[in-house]
Formats: sequence, C-alpha cells, structure tokens
Amino acid sequence: MTISRETAINVTLALVLLAMPFVALQLGKPFYVTLATRMAILGLAAVGLNLALGLGGLVSFGHAAFFGVGGYAAGILASHAFAGQPLNLGLFALPGTNQMLVVWSVAVLAGGLLAAAIGMISLRTSGVYFIMITLAFAQMTYYFAISWPAYGGEDGLSITIRNVVPAINTLIPINYFLVCYALLLTALLIFALIRGSRFGAALQASRQNELRVASIGIAPFRVRLVAFIISGMITALSGALYADLNRFVSPSMLSWHMSGELIIIVVLGGVGRLWGPVAGAMLFVVFEFVLGGLTERWQFFLGVALLAVVLFARGGLIGFLAGRMRHG
Amino acid sequence: MADAVLAVRNLCKSFSALKATENVSLDLKPGEIHALIGPNGAGKSTLIHQIAGTLAPDSGDIDFLGRPVGHLGVVERARMGLGRSFQVSSLAPEFSALRNVMLAVQSRQGSSFRFFRPVMRDASLIEPAMASLERVGLATRARVPAAELSHGERRQLEIAIALALGSQAFLLDEPMAGMGPEGSRSLTGFLDRLREEAPILLVEHDMDAVFALADRVSVLVYGRIIASGTVDQVRADPEVRRAYLGDPA
Ligand SMILES: Nc1ncnc2c1ncn2[C@@H]1O[C@H](COP(=O)(O)OP(=O)(O)OP(=O)(O)O)[C@@H](O)[C@H]1O
Ligand SMILES: [Mg+2]
Repeated sequence: MTISRETAINVTLALVLLAMPFVALQLGKPFYVTLATRMAILGLAAVGLNLALGLGGLVSFGHAAFFGVGGYAAGILASHAFAGQPLNLGLFALPGTNQMLVVWSVAVLAGGLLAAAIGMISLRTSGVYFIMITLAFAQMTYYFAISWPAYGGEDGLSITIRNVVPAINTLIPINYFLVCYALLLTALLIFALIRGSRFGAALQASRQNELRVASIGIAPFRVRLVAFIISGMITALSGALYADLNRFVSPSMLSWHMSGELIIIVVLGGVGRLWGPVAGAMLFVVFEFVLGGLTERWQFFLGVALLAVVLFARGGLIGFLAGRMRHG
Repeated sequence: MADAVLAVRNLCKSFSALKATENVSLDLKPGEIHALIGPNGAGKSTLIHQIAGTLAPDSGDIDFLGRPVGHLGVVERARMGLGRSFQVSSLAPEFSALRNVMLAVQSRQGSSFRFFRPVMRDASLIEPAMASLERVGLATRARVPAAELSHGERRQLEIAIALALGSQAFLLDEPMAGMGPEGSRSLTGFLDRLREEAPILLVEHDMDAVFALADRVSVLVYGRIIASGTVDQVRADPEVRRAYLGDPA
C-alpha cells in the first residue's frame, strides 16, 4: 500500500501535536500543555469552518457566533450548577450541570439551531453579501451577550471549577488536552467521511458549479444549509471546550475578530484540506505566542504571513507541502 | 398535442427593449428529434433556458409530461426528467468525468443526504456512471478532471450526465460545437439512436447534422418562429432561405 504525501504529513502533524504536551511536561514547562490544548481546540473550531468554507465554498465571516454560543452553553450551565439554581427556559426549567457530556450536547444543539436560523437567511445570498450577512448575525449575538447582565454582560462569565467528564480528571491539564485531542480526531473523521460521501459530493459540486447541481435535480440550498448546520455544531463544540480551558467566557468569543481568526486559520493551513485547520491552528498559536511575546504588533506579521499564503501557496501549509488536492 | 412530452405555448420573454422570445409555441413528441435552428442571437438558448427553468418567461405556458411546470424551479424540472446540455459547458470542473456523472446517478437515486459511505467505493454509483460514459464514448477519459477535457469531450460528458439522469426529454444546446467532423459524425449516429429513449429538442448550427437527424425543424429568427415543419418543407420555405440558409436570392 502506498501512502500519499498528504497522509504522511497529516500523520506527522497528528503525532507532533500529540507529543507536544508530553514533551512540555518532561521539560518542566506545563504552560505549553495549555498552548497545545489551545491548538487542538482552535483546530476543532476551524474543522467546523472548513466544512462550510472548504467543502462548500461558504465564506462565513460569522463563525464566532457558533464558537461563542458553545462557550456560553458551557458557562451558563456551569454557573447554574455552581449556584444550585435551575435554568428557567420559560416552558420548562433545566438544571445546571458540570458534566461536560451534557454541556457538549447542549452546545452542539444550540450551535446547530443557531446555524439553521442564520443559514436559512444568509444562504439565500452569495459572495460578498453572504460574508456581510453572516458577519451581521454574529455581531448581533455579540451585542446581545454584552447587553445581557444576567450572564456577566461585557465582563463575561467565569467557570469556577472546570466541568467534568466521568472517570477523567479534567483538572489535570494533560488529561484535558487528551479530551480535546480525541474530540478533534473525531471531528476530523467525520469531516473525512462527509467529504467522501454522497452528501460531500453534492456539497463540493455546489461550490464548483451551482447551476450544474441544480440542473441534475439536487437543490444546492438544502445541501448548503445542512453543511452549514453541521459546521456550526462542530464549531460550537469547540467553543464549549475553549470556555472550559480558560474557565471563562466573554463576548469576545463572539466578536468578528474571532470569526476572522478562524478564517485565517483555515486559509493558513489549507482550505478544504482535511488537516488544514489543524496545521493552521498550530501555526496560528505559535505565531500568537512567539511573535506576541516579541511585539505588540504580532498581528501585523500574521497578516504578512497570510498574504504570503494567499499569493504564493494557494493551498496553505498543507498545499505547500503536499501539492494540489485531488478528487479521484 | 395531447401526447406531446413537452409543449410550449405562447411564450414571451423580453430583455428590456429586446424581444428574445416572441409568442413561441412548439412541442416535442415521443421518439422525435425536433431541431431548433436560427441565426446567432435569435433566442434559441434563451428559449432552452426558459424550458429548463433557469430563466423565467414573461408570459406563456410550459407543459412537461402533461403537467404545467411554469411555476417549478430548475431542480424540480430536472427531477421530473428534463435533461439538458449547455451551450457553454457547465460541469463541476474539479471533479473527474466519472464523478460528474456519478452525481447525476445519485440524484436519480434520490440520495444526496447520505453522509458516511464513500462514493468512490460505491458500485451502485460507479457502474451506472461508467455505463453512461461508455455510451457517449468517454469511458477511457473517466478519471480526467472535467476542466482538462477538450471542448468536444465536455459536450459528450454533458450528454452522459443527462443519460444518467434517466431523462424523459433532452434539451441539447449546440452539442456538436467544438467537435471535429469525426466527433460530429459519431454524435449524430448516437443521437439518432437516443431518440428512441427520449425525444430531443436539438439546437444546432451544424446543418448536416440537423438535416440528417430532425423529424421536424423550427426556425427561430428575432425571437419568432418563422417556419416549422419537416426538413424538406423548411428547406423549401423561401422566408427561411432568405433569413437563415443564406440563399443569395
Ligand atoms: N440575460 C440577458 N440579458 C440581456 N440580453 C440577453 C440575455 N441573454 C440573452 N440576451 C440577448 O437575447 C438575444 C438572444 O440570445 P440567445 O443566446 O438566446 O441567442 P441564440 O439564438 O442562442 O444565439 P447563438 O446561436 O449565438 O447561441 C441576444 O440578442 C442576446 O444578446
Ligand atoms: Mg445559443
């Protein structure tokens, strides 16, 4: 069996990311465990975006909305659990919880519902209009969070004690890394399956030629909507993880900076490539950490790197290393 | 008219001052090739677009398989079995010829919302798709990305897609364009047999092909049908000769 170059690169990336926190611990630098966890979580968020952007060609400038909704799901449920007050949803009351499995389910559900609502409207447009409408919706969620004093408003919301997973002590950083890493791998598996499936074929064809897809009797809108919902769900899950990593949620998770960073991550790593979002997230966190330590203006250099990718390495890091994508 | 597969009645379409379709009526009967000819800019493609649903007419009716379809979109009409090829080929350029046809097969099976089974190992998609490619003579090019196919091959691929859909009628907009004489000849032979499967509305500038194939010919000039009939009737029509067939008189 021959292994493609891209597969070899992907396996290397997977091993490097996995090894990073262990090496960090050996070197007595536990902070790097947090950095690796951050890479895994941002990578997961970007895998979600990559489904819409890479496979579907949907340039969503509003994925922070899903990221933040996942974060707030974690924060709100945890705060209710901590205060021992049920969460009153009008029709029924939900007990708070510190169980991550429940938090993740709620985050994924909320992300999916929000993506359905936003997608229903924004997917009727395309191009720049789509970018602007998704941005507008995300900004609405941002201002909503700011003006909602019950959950911290502008100041955000702390998670006093990190939520828990049965049988795993998530307070130990390396354990929490492994939880995030496992979810990242699961999302990548789902992405890979979807990409190779009938649905994935319809989605990718809709990106390449909408009229062709419609002319054979497949409605591009429906295909895109479903993709957008799955995409929002994955990104919302990462938001919940992110909140638990920082033990803090704030409206900044919902802001357009966040949406922009997710796009940058996908573009840096390689749009539509399976491991592109992970490569991009690793690069991004390294940039943020190394350059951020050297200069206040690290984002300027990030911009330069992005420009270089867009001009010289169309397929991002993965494309640069592995060559052009093939469809079979 | 009752048994027509496709019937267009009193169709009108203007682009601001330009009347691209002016009170056009025509029909397509089972087993026939109905050729639509006319000079450049006559409105042939515009008419095809309205039948397929990519353009909305200003007025008039379109019936397909005995049902009015004017209110239906492109997707619904395609699902009913209206297969088309475009004058400027319209394919998924990154996908191989095979994958382009497989997409049509999956649409016909009504199964685009399956998320896990890999298509490239799915014989129920690959086999019918290969069969369609073979019929149009493109089997050896199955793995080539659509973007890398020649103009003529892209035309053939569009027809393979329409075949794979199990179309009840074909709308072919200049399928011979970009093909060499050899390709035109073999496509002519192919279309001749294809009409048994489903009738064809054929827009074509290649008069040899039209005269060899058409059961009926309609001539469109400035959005109006100026003549309609058998090949011999239309060739003999003085107005047609003046307007289109380049009669010096
Ligand atoms: N979307 C549009 N907006 C404005 N005018 C249009 C549009 N589409 C077509 N036209 C005009 O309508 C007329 C008919 O065009 P159409 O493409 O239907 O001609 P055709 O008979 O297919 O010509 P050809 O043989 O060159 O393909 C032309 O004058 C064209 O410029
Ligand atoms: Mg035309």
